[in-house]
Amino acid sequence: MPKVHDRGGWPNEDPIDQSEHEMEEWERKVDALNGVLGDLGLKTSDQLRRAIESMDLATYESLAYYEKWTAAMETLLVEQGVMTTAEIDAKMKTLKQAQA
Amino acid sequence: MAQSPSAKYKPGDQVRIRVGVPPTHFRTPQYVQGKQGEIETSWGAYPNPEGLAYGGDGLPAQPLYLVKFAQTDLWTNYKGGSQDALLLDIYENWLESI
Repeated sequence: MPKVHDRGGWPNEDPIDQSEHEMEEWERKVDALNGVLGDLGLKTSDQLRRAIESMDLATYESLAYYEKWTAAMETLLVEQGVMTTAEIDAKMKTLKQAQA
Repeated sequence: MAQSPSAKYKPGDQVRIRVGVPPTHFRTPQYVQGKQGEIETSWGAYPNPEGLAYGGDGLPAQPLYLVKFAQTDLWTNYKGGSQDALLLDIYENWLESI
């Protein structure tokens, strides 16, 4: 089974959908955050790519481009002990409650 | 370009791509593994991304090559021209002599 990103000829040989969309504000923020983490020495492009490409197929397929970046940044930050999954989940819960 | 051992292959050399799916990060697509290619360009040596991917220094640096494949060798029922080629950057640790 090829890794998730190794898409040559898979799932079929149809042309790739190359349509673009206007970049959204949250995507700009993810891009900026990625730059900041790089400046802080918490992430390199090679590490981010590895984190993205080690996702399981279902997760990889379900996420958009910058969602993959976000998930990969979380993986790298948790891996390096900068924050824990529990802390991130608790923060997300707080944010959702504030929105409700 | 990093300090490195000298490149084992030169442009025009025929090589075979090693077959292997390590559980760790690698950059050599499976659709070229086991296939024959021709060295098109020798780029020099660069830190190995298989180490950089885990925060390592990627040393020793690996010679990197542009390798040319015939599309008809890669895909069954390829509908394009018989001269069509695919050019891929591949590190030396993935190449085998023929």
